[in-house]
Amino acid sequence: MKVLVPVKRVIDYNVKARVKPDQTGVDLANVKMSMNPFDEIGVEEAVRLKEKGAVEEIVVVSIGPAQAQETIRTALAMGADRGILIQTDADPEPLAVAKLLKAVVGEESPGFIIMGKQAIDGDNNAVGQMLAALLDWPQATFASKVELSGKSAKVTREVDGGLQTLDVDLPAVITADLRLNEPRYASLPNIMKAKKKPIDTKSPADYGVDVAPRLKVLKVTEPPKRSAGIKVETAADLVMKLKNEAGVL
Amino acid sequence: MAVLVIADHHEGVVRDTTNKTVTAAQGFGGDIDILVAGKGVDSAAKAAAGIAGVRKVLTADSDALGQGLAEAFEATVVPLAAGYDAVLIPSTSQGKNVAPRIAAKLDVSLISDIIEVVDAKTFVRPIYAGNALETVQTSDAKVVATVRPTVFKAAAEGGSASVEKAGAAGAPAHTRFVSEEMVKSDRPELGAAKIVVSGGRAMGSAEEFQRVIEPLADLLGAAVGASRAAVDAGYAPNDYQVGQTGKVVAPSLYIAVGISGAIQHLAGMKDSKVIVAINKDADAPIFQVADYGLVADYKTAIPELTEALKAAGK
Ligand SMILES: Cc1cc2nc3c(=O)[nH]c(=O)nc-3n(C[C@H](O)[C@H](O)[C@H](O)COP(=O)(O)OP(=O)(O)OC[C@H]3O[C@@H](n4cnc5c(N)ncnc54)[C@H](O)[C@@H]3O)c2cc1C
Ligand SMILES: Nc1ncnc2c1ncn2[C@@H]1O[C@H](COP(=O)(O)O)[C@@H](O)[C@H]1O
Repeated sequence: MKVLVPVKRVIDYNVKARVKPDQTGVDLANVKMSMNPFDEIGVEEAVRLKEKGAVEEIVVVSIGPAQAQETIRTALAMGADRGILIQTDADPEPLAVAKLLKAVVGEESPGFIIMGKQAIDGDNNAVGQMLAALLDWPQATFASKVELSGKSAKVTREVDGGLQTLDVDLPAVITADLRLNEPRYASLPNIMKAKKKPIDTKSPADYGVDVAPRLKVLKVTEPPKRSAGIKVETAADLVMKLKNEAGVL
Repeated sequence: MAVLVIADHHEGVVRDTTNKTVTAAQGFGGDIDILVAGKGVDSAAKAAAGIAGVRKVLTADSDALGQGLAEAFEATVVPLAAGYDAVLIPSTSQGKNVAPRIAAKLDVSLISDIIEVVDAKTFVRPIYAGNALETVQTSDAKVVATVRPTVFKAAAEGGSASVEKAGAAGAPAHTRFVSEEMVKSDRPELGAAKIVVSGGRAMGSAEEFQRVIEPLADLLGAAVGASRAAVDAGYAPNDYQVGQTGKVVAPSLYIAVGISGAIQHLAGMKDSKVIVAINKDADAPIFQVADYGLVADYKTAIPELTEALKAAGK
């Protein structure tokens, strides 16, 4: 079975995003970029399934600028087999990303798709569910456990209040939550090997998908700043302040 | 102009996230209907009909909806959407699960986690873990959005809307509900609590988390939260996680014990009214957002805090 894993190049999770003074967006010049952490979890899950023999081929797809190649290479070094870069300098919205991925699914016919639940730049948490809708496939979002059994997947999902388990027929879209696994670091030999793995470069036009934005960003601003408060010396002092000063007890 | 709000409800009770989403819907300036979809929804529908300013309540009743299956929500809501200019859903795990699926079927964008309705086409939403706020204007014919409940006031009670049955989708062909494991607790829900006490990696074990955090929460009538590190290590259940990718909370009082204050954690609690941090590292970033910081080992600070609270009548 083939699995498709979308991966997005995003600001590194350790970097605090800074708003540009002209309020047109977030300043990404000279900022460290990495694979979206949830997508690393998706790649890791695919690689583990391949190691178990449940999956034969892992194809990773990234939609983004030329540098998204590096993100694909990272996935290849973790154990994916080949990559597709749909190159564009626009940052397509989730609906356009889902449409492009649907077109890739049309060409590749994967047995299932595993991807991150959320990209940590736009924090949309949308593409997986949208893709499932466009394909009319079942979805199992926010997965913390995936068990493949031939024609279906049993997926445990992190939901408000606890956990839910679904059984979805394949093909399906699965989105990864934080506790699905802990992604590996690629070893040096695997990084070297990944350099020889194939990456196909395409454009949105190759798939006939219109990636024009539906949303116009009027401005991007900084959230109101919280000023640091005071340090208290003792717990008793704290209770007194909470009671008399803050009035929250 | 008409807006459809999809209710968040549980065991016959409408959660106040629904009232808050109704408030967001008022920003559109039109009629507001509520869809109560689930299994056995009559009493929840009655409660929804009592929210002030609601025109009518639609009910959709099936096992698949009761199980929260996204495919069934899609099949139920998409036909209804024809009669509305906007569909708003509280930003819960269920809302996040179904809203994008509905949007894609309608060929419109999803606008996630809105925190302000500027007008019927223009919204403010946090991006980059809340380190930036984006104001977006949609060119889509319809709006499908999830609403971050913590920032909207709950719409008042006192309405008397009519209740009508709508078509309910049955079991989807390719998804089966297997089981559910819900954490049972008598404490207030994390998203709705006035006070939240959260523990971090410093707790070191589940036993310690239960020994330190839970009694303090109970003393204060608070909900319990946790950092990702505490959840990952198994000290607390997954749905306690507060943050960018967990729950967003904004209680009157948030007490962070042994939590460093990573940006992903701050994203979930920095809109709390008053923040208290207890951490033995004076340079921990959590102190940059804390109104009251206590630099101390929690092992001595929490017993002292408990004593002081009791002395103050708690
Ligand atoms: C994609 C992604 C999403 C994430 N989403 C979230 C999220 O939603 N929520 C979240 O919380 N995190 C999230 N994280 C993780 C986040 O980056 C941090 O790793 C995490 O918040 C750290 O948890 P912590 O503060 O408990 O642990 P640490 O950072 O290890 O901090 C422990 C703190 O305890 C203090 N301490 C230790 N011993 C004591 C003692 N005896 N008394 C007092 N203080 C003590 C230390 O000084 C330290 O400050 C995410 C990360 C990624 C990559
Ligand atoms: N430009 C992109 N290229 C590849 N995958 C993407 C892209 N954007 C989003 N995705 C995938 O969709 C998931 C959810 O993203 P989002 O809905 O934007 O939060 C991510 O974790 C990725 O797996």
